[in-house]
Amino acid sequence: MSGVPLDLQLLNLCAALLLLLSFAMLAQRRIVNLVNLLALQGALLLIATLLLAWRTGQHHLYVSAALTLALKVTFLPWLLHRLIRRLEVYWDTEPLLNISGTMLVGLLVVVFAFGLAQPISALASTATRSSIGIAVAVVLLSFITMITRRKAMSQVVGFLSMENGLFFGAMSATYGMPMIVELGVALDVLVAVLVLGIFFFQIREQFDSLDLHHLESLKEGPTPQLSGSSQEDG
Amino acid sequence: MELLLLLAAPLTGALLLGIWGARAWAPELNVVVSLATFATACVLTARVIGEGNLLVAHEQFFIDPFNVFLVTLTAFVGLTTSIFSRPYMRVEMNHGRLSAPRLRLYHAMYQLFMATMLTALTTNNMGLLWVAMEAATLSTVLLVTLYRTPASLEAGWKYFILCGVGIAQALFGTILLYFAAERLLGAEGVSALLWTHLNSVKGHLEPAVLGLAFVFLLVGYGTKVGLAPLHNWLPDAHAEGPTPISAVLSGLLLNVAIYAVVRCKVLVEGSLHSQLPSRMLMAFGLLSVVLAAFFLWRQRDVKRLFAYSSIEHMGIITFAFGMGGAVANFAALLHMTVHSLTKSAIFFAVGHAAQKAGSQLMDNIRGLITLSPTVGWGLMMGSLAILGMPPFGVFASEFLILTTAMREQPWATPILLTALGVAFAAIFGRVQPMVFGETSARRLPHSPALLPVFAHLALVLMLGLYVPPYLADWYRAAARLIGGG
Repeated sequence: MSGVPLDLQLLNLCAALLLLLSFAMLAQRRIVNLVNLLALQGALLLIATLLLAWRTGQHHLYVSAALTLALKVTFLPWLLHRLIRRLEVYWDTEPLLNISGTMLVGLLVVVFAFGLAQPISALASTATRSSIGIAVAVVLLSFITMITRRKAMSQVVGFLSMENGLFFGAMSATYGMPMIVELGVALDVLVAVLVLGIFFFQIREQFDSLDLHHLESLKEGPTPQLSGSSQEDG
Repeated sequence: MELLLLLAAPLTGALLLGIWGARAWAPELNVVVSLATFATACVLTARVIGEGNLLVAHEQFFIDPFNVFLVTLTAFVGLTTSIFSRPYMRVEMNHGRLSAPRLRLYHAMYQLFMATMLTALTTNNMGLLWVAMEAATLSTVLLVTLYRTPASLEAGWKYFILCGVGIAQALFGTILLYFAAERLLGAEGVSALLWTHLNSVKGHLEPAVLGLAFVFLLVGYGTKVGLAPLHNWLPDAHAEGPTPISAVLSGLLLNVAIYAVVRCKVLVEGSLHSQLPSRMLMAFGLLSVVLAAFFLWRQRDVKRLFAYSSIEHMGIITFAFGMGGAVANFAALLHMTVHSLTKSAIFFAVGHAAQKAGSQLMDNIRGLITLSPTVGWGLMMGSLAILGMPPFGVFASEFLILTTAMREQPWATPILLTALGVAFAAIFGRVQPMVFGETSARRLPHSPALLPVFAHLALVLMLGLYVPPYLADWYRAAARLIGGG
């Protein structure tokens, strides 16, 4: 490893920690901890962006680092914690697949992700090309988190972590997207979380719970009682 | 200039309606803003007819034959929907399904939604296209849940999560596209994501990366098109939201999503020099047509019925773009236009019919023709038009698509014909008793706005008999641009 400069080693460390965090998220059932892990993921992303900005001298990376700090490390976790306290959802119920099973699937997914990223890494000229595979793995692992969870809040954390993975992928493959796109994506994420906040209160008001199994009545085929009753107006 | 005005008009409208959206005259303000947007779109169109393509604001926005008619169409349906929503939302208020703050939310988000769609259509930047598509989802999520019923919350959640995950795939595809382009165009400017630049160098883009990118882009934007098997959100969102929103979702958003898919396909096909993108589009298209045709039989809710019909038509359009070539592309573009007009007209008629019957269930809607002949005939004519009866425009485009399929992809023709036949039987069998027979309808406190229904149907009829020369020119130019086949 003596041939690899220190900052690159640190970058690779960040990438490895990101992957580890994704597995931690997969195993975590306490929603408060899940949000903390998301904040930690944001912080790692921030460090990686700063290292890369310093290494490559690309100024727009400093701007996106500032965005990451403001949005992903500070604001979103704060908002989610607030929502958790207000809505009093602390634990997710038993996931659809038990934890050890999910972990095994996760391992296979990581292998698949590296296979998928192979042709891209081979073409990339960036110093961080080896972490493209990790970025894809983070995206896919977050996807599993979303699929296997029942609580709306955990699904949202999975969604945001997926966005983090995509952001990391863009960074490792091309040193980030053009500024205007990055700003737009950040805006969309912010609005998405705000919309979700409102949405949670609506679900809560209606069902008195944030468990998504209430939201399973709109199946295909004849379900007259539900769609019928909602249409009866005064 | 006109282009920036076009985007500014609905944005300003969203702001104004965010402040005054609950006032008694807010529906009229909504119409005025939509009218302003439409007027700007007309001026823009006139200028494009005179001067040809436009490229403005540091090349970030552009107008070419492929998006000019979609911009006008979007602004037009936006206007007619706002006219329709004026009495519709008032009736909903009278029935106590909406409170004033929700009406304000509805009006503001309606304009915001128009702004995001127009941005998606006119932007030259593939990244901005993604941002606008995601913003379009976000602005409509709260509209789908406007009534706060359990079913609408479920529909909204499904819509948000499925489209959110889908659109995340599209973001990954966009990143890959940027990655491939950056090697050629350089990261210095922002040119590497501009469609016009990408299009000029598409032959040199790395095929391996673009092939991978297309899979993600197609799955991502395909979710928003409602292609099977990613269509689950679509019927729920259409059925549970307020009817004006069903009309614009079906008539406009699906078009914009398909527009995004085709823009990507042009780039990828130019790079790959293979049939892969075309085959993928054809497969997804056919699957959607067949699945939707059979799901039509199981529907009891009238808005779900027509939502599945939208999936079917999106499948036909996707299939036609997959076949490619001058005729199929022409037909697909025509089909996008007439489907959008017909389907929104149907939703207008259905909205009033459901209000009159007090239910969206087809079993409870009977004999519209006795109490309100215009609504009844509107629904009947609209259904006949969407089922591809001559002389409406849908017949012309479907006929072109089928004849091309017979020549280019003979194996697909029987599948398409069967699906169309099944869909015909399903929809016609349901609509007929709704329109004729014993009545179950009641009078409404505000008289329905039926002008939009018949204006749309008249246009569809006209497009079936006569396509204006400049429109035909755009279709042809866009068909050449899209290529393939």
